[in-house]
Amino acid sequence: MTPAATTFHTPHHVVHRHTTSEPPFVRRALIGVALVFLSLFLFLPLVFVFTQAFAKGIGFYFETLRDPNAWSAIKLTLLAAAIAVPLNCVFGVCAAWAIAKFDFPGKNILLTLIDLPFSVSPVIAGLIYVLVFGAQGWLGLYLNADNPHFPWLQNWLNDHNFKIIFAVPGIVLATIFVTFPFVARELIPLMQAQGRSEEEAARVLGASGWQTFWRVTLPNIKWGLIYGVILCNARAMGEFGAVSVVSGKFAGRRIRFRCTSRRFMTTIISPAHLPWRRCWRFSRSSRSA
Amino acid sequence: MAKSVSRSKRIRVLPGFKLTLGFTLFYLGLIVLIPLAAVFWKTTTLTWPQFWQTITMPTAMASYRLTFGASFLAALVNVVFGLIVAWVLVRYEFFGKKIVDALVDLPFALPTAVAGITLAALYSKTGWIGQLLEPLGIKAANTQLGIFIALTFIGLPFIVRTVQPILEDLDPELEEAASSLGANRWQVFWRVILPMLTPALLTGFALAFARALGEYGSVIFIAGNIPMKTQITPVIIMGELDMFDYGKATAIAVVMLVVSFVLLLTINVLQWWTNRYNTNNLA
Repeated sequence: MTPAATTFHTPHHVVHRHTTSEPPFVRRALIGVALVFLSLFLFLPLVFVFTQAFAKGIGFYFETLRDPNAWSAIKLTLLAAAIAVPLNCVFGVCAAWAIAKFDFPGKNILLTLIDLPFSVSPVIAGLIYVLVFGAQGWLGLYLNADNPHFPWLQNWLNDHNFKIIFAVPGIVLATIFVTFPFVARELIPLMQAQGRSEEEAARVLGASGWQTFWRVTLPNIKWGLIYGVILCNARAMGEFGAVSVVSGKFAGRRIRFRCTSRRFMTTIISPAHLPWRRCWRFSRSSRSA
Repeated sequence: MAKSVSRSKRIRVLPGFKLTLGFTLFYLGLIVLIPLAAVFWKTTTLTWPQFWQTITMPTAMASYRLTFGASFLAALVNVVFGLIVAWVLVRYEFFGKKIVDALVDLPFALPTAVAGITLAALYSKTGWIGQLLEPLGIKAANTQLGIFIALTFIGLPFIVRTVQPILEDLDPELEEAASSLGANRWQVFWRVILPMLTPALLTGFALAFARALGEYGSVIFIAGNIPMKTQITPVIIMGELDMFDYGKATAIAVVMLVVSFVLLLTINVLQWWTNRYNTNNLA
C-alpha cells in the first residue's frame, strides 16, 4: 500500500517546488560564484589591458602605433594570418567534405591526425620547422658536404637565397601549423550532423558539384565556418611560442617590440573576435524554431 | 553483394571525393606529418644513454612534475567552475548574460603573450590583485601559483564550450520524470544530469589539460622561470634551443610529443563516447 500512497503524493509536492529549477538562493549563489570566478580570471585582465593601453592617453596610443618597429610587427602578424587563415579554411572545407560526405577506411585515424597540431606544444611546433629547414635540417641552407639530404632542393634554395627559418616563411609555416585544425574541427561535426541527403537531392535534380556546394552546403555551414575562421584568426594573430622559435628568439628586443605592438593590437582586434559564437547560436536556434 | 553495389553508387552521387581527400592528405603530410617525423629522425642522432640522460636530468624532471601538476590542477579547477559557468549561462537569466557568454571566448581571442603580460602585471606586488594578496602572505608572480593561474585562464573556455551545447540539448522530461518519482533537486543533478554531462566534462578536461601542458606564451611572463622551481617543460626546450643544442631540445620534445599523442587518443575515444551517448539518447 505504501508505494501507491507515495506516488500519489509526490506530484503534488513537486508542482509546488518548481521541479526543474533550483530554489532562488541556490540560483543566486551559483550566479554569484560564476561571476566572481569570471571577473577574477576574465574581466579584470580585460579591463586591465584597456586601462594600460590607454593609460597615457589616446594620443600616446596612436603614437606607439606609428613606431616603425611596432608597425612592421603588426604588418608581419597580419600577413601571417592572411596566408594561414585562407589556407586552413580551404583545408578545413576539403577535409570536412571528404570525411562527412563519404565513407572510407581509416577515417578515425585521419580525424585523430587532423587534431594532432592542437595537442602539440607551440614550442615543439616551432622546433619541427627548425629541424626541417634549419642549418642542419633536412632542407638546410648550408649544404653539409658529408651529409646532404636532398641535394637538388637544397641547391635550388641556396641559389635563390630563399630563407625560411629566422625569416617570414618560417613564421607563416609555424602559424599555419598552430591554427591547422580550427576550421576543420568546427565543420566536421556540423557537416556530419547535417547528413548527405540535401546534397544528394540537389545532385539528383541536376545541380553540378559546384552548384551543390555553393547553393546547398555553404549556406548550411555558413556560421560554423565563420566561427571556425574567427578562432583560427584569433590564434594566428595571438601565437607567440611557435613564432618566437622560428623567428630568431635570440633578439629579445625584437620580441618585446612584438609584444607591445600586439598588446595595442589586442585592444582593437581581440574584442572583435568575441561576439561570433553568440551570432552562430542565435542563427541555429532561429533555424530550428 | 547488392549492398556493396548500392554503396559504391551512393559514393558516386556526390562528387569531389578524390580531390578533397587527396588535398587533405597532401596538406596534412606537408604541414604536419613530415615535419613531425623530423623530430623522431633527429633523436636518432643521439645514443640511447645520451637520450635517457637528457630526458631524466634533474631540471627536466622538476619541469615535468611542475607542468603536469599545474596543468592537472588547473584543468580540475576549470571542470568545477566551468560547469558552474555553463550551468548559469544555460539555465538562468541575469543582467549582462549575453556579454558574459561572449567574454568566455576571451582566452581564445587574446594573444597568449598579452595574456601572460597582463596576468603578470595583475598579480605582481603592485598589481590590482597582487596588492590584495600581499598582506595575506600569498605571492603569485614568479611562483608556481602564478603558473596555475595562467593555465586556469587558458583552459576555462574549453570546459564551458564543450559542456554548454550538451546542457542546452538536455531533455527536461528526464528531470521532470526523476523529480516526479520523488528525487530531490540535488539527487536529480547528481544521479540524472551529471552522468549525462560526464563525457563532455571529461572531453573538456582532456582538452584543457592538453592545451595547458604545451602552453608557453601566457606562462613565461608570470612564472619567472627559476630552474627547478618555476621552469615549465617548454621553457627547458627553449633554453636548449638558445644554446643551439638541438639534440637535447628534441629529446625532451619527444617526451612531450608522446604524452600529447596519448592524450589525443584519449580525447578522441571520449568524443566518440560522447557522440554514441547522444545518439543513444536521441534514439
